[in-house]
Amino acid sequence: MSSRETGQAYPVSSEAKIRVEDLHKSFGNHVVLDGIDLDVGTGEALVVVGPSGTGKSVLLKHLIGLLRPDSGRVIVDGQDLWAMDHLERVNFRKKFGMSFQEGALFDSMTVYDNIAFPLRRSGKKPAQVRERVEECLELVQLPNIASKRPSELSGGMRRRVGFARAIAHKPEILLFDEPNTGLDPIMTDIIAEVILGIRKQLRATIVTITHHIPSARKIGDRLALLSGGHILFQGSPDEFMKSHDPAVRQFVEGRATGPLTGEFEKGLHRTIGEAR
Amino acid sequence: MIQRFLEPIGNVVIRLFEETGRFFIMLGRILFWSPRPPYDIREHFKQMQRVGVDSIPVVFLTMLFTGMVLSLQAYNGFARFNATSLVGSVVTLSLMRELSPVLSALMVTGRVGSSMAAEIGSMRVTEQIDALEALATEPVQYLFVPRVFASVLMMPLLVVMGDVIGMIGGYFVAVSLLGTNSVTYYDSQFNYVDMVDFTSGIIKAAVFGLIFSVVACVRGYYTVGGAEGVGRSTTRAVVVASLTILLVDFFLTRLLF
Repeated sequence: MSSRETGQAYPVSSEAKIRVEDLHKSFGNHVVLDGIDLDVGTGEALVVVGPSGTGKSVLLKHLIGLLRPDSGRVIVDGQDLWAMDHLERVNFRKKFGMSFQEGALFDSMTVYDNIAFPLRRSGKKPAQVRERVEECLELVQLPNIASKRPSELSGGMRRRVGFARAIAHKPEILLFDEPNTGLDPIMTDIIAEVILGIRKQLRATIVTITHHIPSARKIGDRLALLSGGHILFQGSPDEFMKSHDPAVRQFVEGRATGPLTGEFEKGLHRTIGEAR
Repeated sequence: MIQRFLEPIGNVVIRLFEETGRFFIMLGRILFWSPRPPYDIREHFKQMQRVGVDSIPVVFLTMLFTGMVLSLQAYNGFARFNATSLVGSVVTLSLMRELSPVLSALMVTGRVGSSMAAEIGSMRVTEQIDALEALATEPVQYLFVPRVFASVLMMPLLVVMGDVIGMIGGYFVAVSLLGTNSVTYYDSQFNYVDMVDFTSGIIKAAVFGLIFSVVACVRGYYTVGGAEGVGRSTTRAVVVASLTILLVDFFLTRLLF
């Protein structure tokens, strides 16, 4: 699937682990997703990139069934998430691990209890829980912070504890929502390395959302550009970087004008016109 | 002109129905999830302590002074037609049937209901509720069931304590300050008082516990808009729960007795 060396190191199957079919979602009058079709192969690492506010997180929340599509289907392991009853869907989420933008750690608990949470819920014994929590903290390169509270941690640490919590129960699918937004360049790269480390150990299917191109290239077998409610481009990181598609070019080069900001420009002209 | 007049009224009616609908849907979900494992006993005890044990000082002081002022007022009024021997009965009846459940519920709503709404609201805006769901945990089961269960169980216990403390307050004022004969007053406290007076207060307390906890959970759960939204949810939880308690109190009294 990918021509990149890192991609070839992991078994990637062409069989779709996650399939999104004609997904539509609006909030009030605001159309966020306008017919998304997307496949993620078993063991594949897909990175969804795109400008801020284009519904990347909304797409991710649909994959795990936190949001219900207005129309269209999300199929995971051959099962339609919204054809199940509520109880089945809650249990089905055990296949998933998800890390949130700011970590979303439970601030009433210590780091240890946060990571232990999914393990205890699934009835693991205290000794097994302790062993796995330590393993996970090591994997995210944060040993010796188990007794701290989330409020005592830096942004980068909180994200990594969020990763540790997401992988504790060894999920088959991992979703990372903007894992490196708002972090310094070094921490951004550390986060990408941690994700690669997790991938190596878990061999899970991974969907990551970011707008940081170097991280996306590092993590992903395949990149998809989401804007205006549509997937505008899909391809390997090399294809993405070499693409002549104007939207891709604008995003890669980080230009203010171009097809991705058409709506924004229209709004700007209208404002200027009204001001005159 | 008419439209401008009718629009706000329509909005209030819609909001009223929306709020009521959400309350009953949430109540249904809580009932659906409460018998299902896994049971988080630790969380249950934590919430019982928060609603029950930690509210003791507030309910204690509220009911002590209510009992005292009630005794004072009743004595003042009854002295006008030489019926001071009835003060004890009036104090006990008013406390058990009405004041202890309602005032305790309002105080606990302010103390615990607000903090429940704020806690759940901030969990919502920081995506902690989404995180719970992502970890294959139903927030209704993990967060709301223990809170509602603790409130329904602890409110009656607080009210029993409130009844006793209020009666002691009333006794103290009548006997020590106003010079009523202690034996007469003690006996009059239990004249005309039936078991149903006591149990009706307990039933009310449980219903009020259910109301404020479910309202707090609903308001917290549907919080939008960051820190400001959390503030709005907290205020609305307390206002809606308090008004509902007063409204339901009337209908419960009418229905039960």
